[in-house]
Amino acid sequence: MVANILINGAITGGIYALLALGFSLIFGVAKIINLAHTAFYMVAAYFIFTFAHLLGLSAPLSAIVSIIITTAIGVGTYKLVIERIREHETTVLMITIALALVFQEAMLLAFGSHFRSAPSFVSGHVELLGVSVTIQHILTFGVVLACLFGIWMLLSKSKLGIAIRAVAQDREIANLVGINVNTICLITMALAVALAAVAGAMVAPIFVIQPHMWMHPLIMVLAVVVLGGLGSLKGSFAAAFILGYTETLVVFLLPMGSFIKAAVALAVMVAVLLIRPEGLFGVAFEEERL
Amino acid sequence: MRDYAWSLRKNFQGAILAVPGKAIAFFFLLLLFFVPLITSDPYILGILIFANIYAIYGASWDFLSGFTGQVNFGHAVFFGVGAYTAGLLNLKLGLPPVASIPIGALVAVLAGLIVGIPALRLRGHYLALVTLAFPIMLTGIVLAFPDVTGGELGVSGISPLSDSRVVTYYIALIVMIASALIMWKLTDARSTFVRTGVILHAIREDEITARASGINTTKYKLLAFCISGFFAGIAGGLGAHYLRIAGPSNLTLFFSFQPIIWTIFGGIATIYGPITGVYILYPLMEILRVIPRFRMLIFAFILIFVLLFMPEGLTRWFRDKIEVECPRCKLTNVATRQYCRACHAPLHLEQRLEQS
Repeated sequence: MVANILINGAITGGIYALLALGFSLIFGVAKIINLAHTAFYMVAAYFIFTFAHLLGLSAPLSAIVSIIITTAIGVGTYKLVIERIREHETTVLMITIALALVFQEAMLLAFGSHFRSAPSFVSGHVELLGVSVTIQHILTFGVVLACLFGIWMLLSKSKLGIAIRAVAQDREIANLVGINVNTICLITMALAVALAAVAGAMVAPIFVIQPHMWMHPLIMVLAVVVLGGLGSLKGSFAAAFILGYTETLVVFLLPMGSFIKAAVALAVMVAVLLIRPEGLFGVAFEEERL
Repeated sequence: MRDYAWSLRKNFQGAILAVPGKAIAFFFLLLLFFVPLITSDPYILGILIFANIYAIYGASWDFLSGFTGQVNFGHAVFFGVGAYTAGLLNLKLGLPPVASIPIGALVAVLAGLIVGIPALRLRGHYLALVTLAFPIMLTGIVLAFPDVTGGELGVSGISPLSDSRVVTYYIALIVMIASALIMWKLTDARSTFVRTGVILHAIREDEITARASGINTTKYKLLAFCISGFFAGIAGGLGAHYLRIAGPSNLTLFFSFQPIIWTIFGGIATIYGPITGVYILYPLMEILRVIPRFRMLIFAFILIFVLLFMPEGLTRWFRDKIEVECPRCKLTNVATRQYCRACHAPLHLEQRLEQS
């Protein structure tokens, strides 16, 4: 039981961290609240299913292809739709939710509302803390950690990462020192969608694939970024694991747990925010910083 | 008496008939009163009853988020509280709709206070994303106590508003018009009679300046949450009594987004915007039922195109086309006029250039 909770919580938390990281990135850099973010995660999962089951590609290859295609779709929607109305904040919210609906309905039309699953990348399982865990679960967790580490290195060490952080801190000054702000926004969007697609590819073999699978992660991602402090990557990371473990605990320990897991996780978030309104790692005077 | 009637008529001509936006709204509402005379098709009346109920719901979101700037992503919580309270009071205590709907609305005011208290500490994006949590938490509570709330099935068997559909239609219509007029008056920034309008605008534009000018922003923000909750609760109660069921479908994420969609589509911070949005989008969704598979897809595409080309919303875009404000006396004129109807100042730039 304890080991089960530990392992499942780590995987759920890792997936939330990966999704929240992309969401935080695009919010921090372009000030876009992209409610279609988890829709890309759903799209990527469906592409894996398509390539692996219908076209017969091998699982890792179909994962890579689906991540590339999803990223291209994400960049396309950003260029065609989101970038034009970026200044109107509430309009961005509505247009991204409409985009998520478009993706959901497109998947419903193409695949129906059946529950689907993708093949595992690797088979077999190992004993861990007395519980048998499939290697697929371990691989998922490993890839999540590798991605998080990679993004961390990119943002802190590379020239591109420094440019991204500069745009997030102050758009105008970044523009003045010669950073092409629009290109950086585009690259960040691509990066964010790619992260969502990786998350989608990683959960495709272990979760159920269905057109509504973006809703619950979206709520949790919003909770994670608010709890961690909007725009703070460290905060998103910590909050993702807090909420991931809360959810897993509720599911394992309470009767009817899977019905109220979101409610309990969100209650934790509201409780924390009542004590610290700017989130765990947020900056108190956000207006002044932006 | 005759003088009063004459001034009323003059006012009506000057303030409603001469302003195209108001004239259209007036004749549209007048038309709605005659709908049951034209058709008694229960299907059409049913759609319009829902449009009226959702118009209250949408306008109450606009009151809170459009005017006061407290963007609420969990508006369904007020609708749901109103619906569940009215339904349970009706079923368990046998209260008639006349009593259960107002009590439901008052409980929704309480919900407004509960949601509003964290809102005092949070602002902007934080507030928007935190309010999202409340309907989901309420869904959790509803599903955790299936004995009282009926769990996933909800409370059903609530008594109807009225046995006749035409009477139900008039109830919904009159409540909608009354609520819309009250909310419109409360948010009218030019009014000298109620000051809430200008205060709520001030809070949205700059809360710190508003507080510095001696406005108790805490009080007014809570007031906005309560009033908005009240009207959404009325909509919820009407919806529960009309549908005769109150279920967790009233608390879903999508149902929270509905009023936002209507409002942004129609024009934010207008009150009449969400009502226009509902009256266009809701019947459209019903028409699209002929192609059920493509319904949501078409809906989403229409939304995207309207938002791309009229980001300020439909009514504002349309108003800019048909109305022009006099540059001298700030009176609204029909766009086709050359000179202001009151002060005879030239209305359009070209004439002003010609004159000089």
